[in-house]
Amino acid sequence: MSIAEKFVSMEYGPAPEDSKEASAWLERHGYRFQHFIGGGWIAPAAGEYFDTVDPSNGERLASVAQGSAADVDAAVKAARGAVSGWRALTPHARARYLYAIARLVQKHSRLLAVLETMDNGKPIRESRDIDIPLVARHFYHHAGWAQLLDREFPEYLPCGVVGQIIPWNFPLLMLAWKIAPALATANTVVLKPAEFTPLTALVFAEICQEAGLPAGVVNIVTGDGSTGEAIVKHADVDKIAFTGSTEVGRSIRAATATTHKRLSLELGGKSPFIVFEDADLDSAVEGLVDGIWFNQGQVCCAGSRLLMQESVAETLLAKIQDRMSTLRIGAPLDKAIDIGAVVAQVQLDRIRKLVDQGVADGATCWQPQVTLPSRGFFYPPTLLSNVHPTSIVAQQEIFGPVLAAMTFRTPAEAVELANNTVYGLAACVWSESINVALHVAAQLKAGVVWVNCTNLFDASCGFGGYRESGYGREGGREGLLEYMEPAWFKETPFQTGKGASSLVPQPAQEKDAASQAAEQSRFVSGYRFSDIASHSGINAPLGAEGHTATSSSASSAAGGDRSDSAPAIDRTVKLYIGGKQARPDSGYSTEVRATDGRLLGEAPLGNRKDIRNAVEAARKATAWGKATAHNRAQVLYYCAENLSQRRDEIAQRLAAVVGDKQAAAELDLGIERIFSYAAWADKFDGAVHNPPFRNVTLAMHEAIGTLGILCPRQAPLLGFLSLVMPALALGNTVIAIPSEAYPLITGDLYQLFDTSDLPAGALNIVTGYASQLLKPLAEHDDLDAIWCFGDEASAAAAKAMSVGNLKQVWTNEGRAIDWFNRNVAEGRWFLEHATQIKNIWVPYGE
Amino acid sequence: MPVEHDPSRHLNRPHAHAGIPIPSLSGQPLLPNTGIPLNLDWVREARVNTSAVERRAQSQVARRSVKKEWQAAWLLRAITCMDLTTLSGDDTDERVRRLCAKGRHPIQPEIEKKLGIEDLQIKVAAICVYHTFVETALHALQGSGVHVAAVSTGFPAGLSPLAERVNEIRRSVEAGAHEIDVVITRAYVFGGRWQALYDEISAFRQACGPAHMKVILGTGDLLTLRNVARASLVAMMAGADFIKTSTGKEPTNATLPVGLVMTRCIREYAQQTGMAVGFKPAGGIRTAKQSIDWLAMIKEELGESWLRKEMFRFGASGLLGDIERQLEHHATGRYSAEYRHPLA
Repeated sequence: MSIAEKFVSMEYGPAPEDSKEASAWLERHGYRFQHFIGGGWIAPAAGEYFDTVDPSNGERLASVAQGSAADVDAAVKAARGAVSGWRALTPHARARYLYAIARLVQKHSRLLAVLETMDNGKPIRESRDIDIPLVARHFYHHAGWAQLLDREFPEYLPCGVVGQIIPWNFPLLMLAWKIAPALATANTVVLKPAEFTPLTALVFAEICQEAGLPAGVVNIVTGDGSTGEAIVKHADVDKIAFTGSTEVGRSIRAATATTHKRLSLELGGKSPFIVFEDADLDSAVEGLVDGIWFNQGQVCCAGSRLLMQESVAETLLAKIQDRMSTLRIGAPLDKAIDIGAVVAQVQLDRIRKLVDQGVADGATCWQPQVTLPSRGFFYPPTLLSNVHPTSIVAQQEIFGPVLAAMTFRTPAEAVELANNTVYGLAACVWSESINVALHVAAQLKAGVVWVNCTNLFDASCGFGGYRESGYGREGGREGLLEYMEPAWFKETPFQTGKGASSLVPQPAQEKDAASQAAEQSRFVSGYRFSDIASHSGINAPLGAEGHTATSSSASSAAGGDRSDSAPAIDRTVKLYIGGKQARPDSGYSTEVRATDGRLLGEAPLGNRKDIRNAVEAARKATAWGKATAHNRAQVLYYCAENLSQRRDEIAQRLAAVVGDKQAAAELDLGIERIFSYAAWADKFDGAVHNPPFRNVTLAMHEAIGTLGILCPRQAPLLGFLSLVMPALALGNTVIAIPSEAYPLITGDLYQLFDTSDLPAGALNIVTGYASQLLKPLAEHDDLDAIWCFGDEASAAAAKAMSVGNLKQVWTNEGRAIDWFNRNVAEGRWFLEHATQIKNIWVPYGE
Repeated sequence: MPVEHDPSRHLNRPHAHAGIPIPSLSGQPLLPNTGIPLNLDWVREARVNTSAVERRAQSQVARRSVKKEWQAAWLLRAITCMDLTTLSGDDTDERVRRLCAKGRHPIQPEIEKKLGIEDLQIKVAAICVYHTFVETALHALQGSGVHVAAVSTGFPAGLSPLAERVNEIRRSVEAGAHEIDVVITRAYVFGGRWQALYDEISAFRQACGPAHMKVILGTGDLLTLRNVARASLVAMMAGADFIKTSTGKEPTNATLPVGLVMTRCIREYAQQTGMAVGFKPAGGIRTAKQSIDWLAMIKEELGESWLRKEMFRFGASGLLGDIERQLEHHATGRYSAEYRHPLA
């Protein structure tokens, strides 16, 4: 075709990016790559390799090593070996390495972009203009954190060796999100890139060499799911960071349950894209292009569920169809292509299958007239309208360029539909009214909310999900915390021997209820308060073990003063559910005995139905979460006030099981602890992040929701308050299982809360055997988090049982936390676990 | 907001579009714009999210790349959509004649030959001058098919009395100008006085008669994109043949975000009324690369039928020089120099 003909047709014509350099790089390596371990290239122990192909034409690009357990072990050893040297460097020295990596990423940016596109199939425009610049930005930003580490996080220690497993949709960007914060916080890394897209990670290995990074600080092992499994199961890995499917995330949670590995998961999503009638509709359409038609829709946070206000639905659908018709699909190396190739045949099959099912469910499928390339894995942009929430395409993550459209009538219904999903990764809200946009943003169950924009990312802003989209954040200050732990916690010894407080059944405990309760009571009496008190600075007399309970205190504990010969009035402690005292469903009670074996009273034995009722009551208590922080503080102060008033009588009863000294300390510190969290209630502020756009990103601390808390056996009152109060202070509703050793405290507690204006259902208390209550609680799918403070076995059980809805799990890992030491047992660390961070992006400008 | 197309309005003025191919949108043929009654609801409901528009304008440029022979073809198209402009206080008859000569033959014959485009007879769309030079330009362009456009209505401020501004249009039309570029009273936009703006532009429309009317919004003065959208809608409702960004004399000239808002308004107007309005970005467009970005934006937002001089113009004085150098590069494979091309 001549220029004259082109002048008439005004077509774009091809604009291919040159792949010569990338091909030369592959050729230089003989189209064959080994693992990067200990600073050098190591052949796979089993000698196995697999092919990685160009999804746009199905051609083999190279062979890469298939990592075995032996390879992973070598990599972990190299990483372990590098820990001390890397940690011994000054923060400034680590900052220099990260800075060098950022620079080198920029110097090799085109090679990285072209290779990414060849390996993944995404348009070069995206890898060149979005992925790789964000990679460089991530290392620059974290070079800064590395520099500031000791001043900004003086009381934290790195996790150690971090195992990282990343997906194929943003291969190098996900690597950056993982490696940059890990290195900045002085960890060493074993990373496995996705099986489909290992190549840019291998260029990155060369960049590490070029930057002179000490050997073993970064190790890259290629392979499939089995390689990832070997990393997850390796005993000497301290933390696992995973991005990928919810299914695999679940199995990682289960596989790491019996270990002390920290875990962060960034999983799937079915993110809502909400368009209100007052939105700039043309811009909203472009938002969809940047959302569901970005990276072929293979984006975990893609706005795949379009929720349109009824009044504009028709107009919007017409605009979307017009726009879809101008999307260009084809060779991803072409600079004017919008939609490239899907990563692999298996993914293409999955998309087709789900779309077929959606149509079978009644959806209307619309695709523009496009000619797909004859080779490679391509799928046209697709609009499914008339989709109902019951349809599979409204529920399951398709991970393809497929938009499912629905309508809503009111903002309230938009929120309801948006939150009608097991996921909670991201959401978009389009409205020109800041009132509507922010009101809706606040109500969405999603870790990231984009107002009038889509898929904006930055190293300074946290990214991560609610619900089954995982936990932990990447980016920003919140992301760094995933790679560190408080130094005191890492140094706290594990509970051992008789001191260990197991919440799960153990052979010795398989006895009848009465003798079990008696033995547990005896254990508490043997609880070494003196040990803890001595390093808490509480002035407990040495050898105060086995406090003597005087007969007067025993009698008062049993029923108050008896000045005449009439028997004490029986005191019945019940469960506390929905603001009411409730008899246990089982109809059984358990004896509670004092140090000396004396019967103190009986506590109800709660069971799974009581847990069910408690969770329902907590869910209904929405007023607490909506109350202002000031109001919540007032209620907490009132609790402290009322506890103070009843200090002596409660202390007297408590003394029967923990002794006078500890009882007094628990009451006094307990009152103070309530004061602390009342103080914190309106001060645990979020942040405003500064990404390089005209934009504010509001990092808001939001309550997690409904929490189940298994309180520590030790310190029946103080332990309870130390966990329940931060949860309540920040607006969570709680189901608490009090110390099994002294469940009678419940009677004092509900009287306290009843008289302190705590709304019904905000706090529910179920007594009973923790070993029996842990399971229904940890497995309850309407619970957002479980906190378990017992021994190691209890922590492991809580983690393993949480996989159903991937609720957040926080445990003491079986460590003996000193609840009497306010330096460790209260403060930000507790508040951080009681909240999750929602990043709301609000671009501005007129 | 569906609006009935009123064919009777066509009778009110001579048909300026006879023989011109009809533009279309999504396959639907459109009619020339005859205007509609002022629809205030539509004007007030215009919503523009500035950040989102800026983002789209930015990514649009990055997403569309035109290379090699296609690039040469697009640059030739840019020339044919050009209003080659001189609007300076020091303009003279001779200066205008020089410009007209360049407009008739913007590309050197040997380059045309090398590119194989002699038959296309590439020339600019119009020469844009002050009223004073209309006659000179007409004479210089005789037989070339290149139009003469006159800026009018107290250009560039547009603040002389209405009667004088209307008379100015009449004088230029009588002098033979094919096209009239009018400026609006920006104060009407700031004050939300849409009826006044509508009446003003309607008066201009009346005075233009058979001549083509391009309405300059002065987007560099209006500043907000929402204002740009509202003014665009009112201008189209009042019968503009083209809407144009700037006089070239404001602090900011044509920007892609402004262009995006205006083209989206044109699209919506076409969808609602079935009538097509042209678009002219003016000022600040100086490089061949910029001209391709603009053409790509028009192609994306309005489609290929808008990529013709009847529907799209560049208002530019320096652009042609850069395009010539790029075309010579296409022809010879060597980078060119400015002095190698005849002055305008």
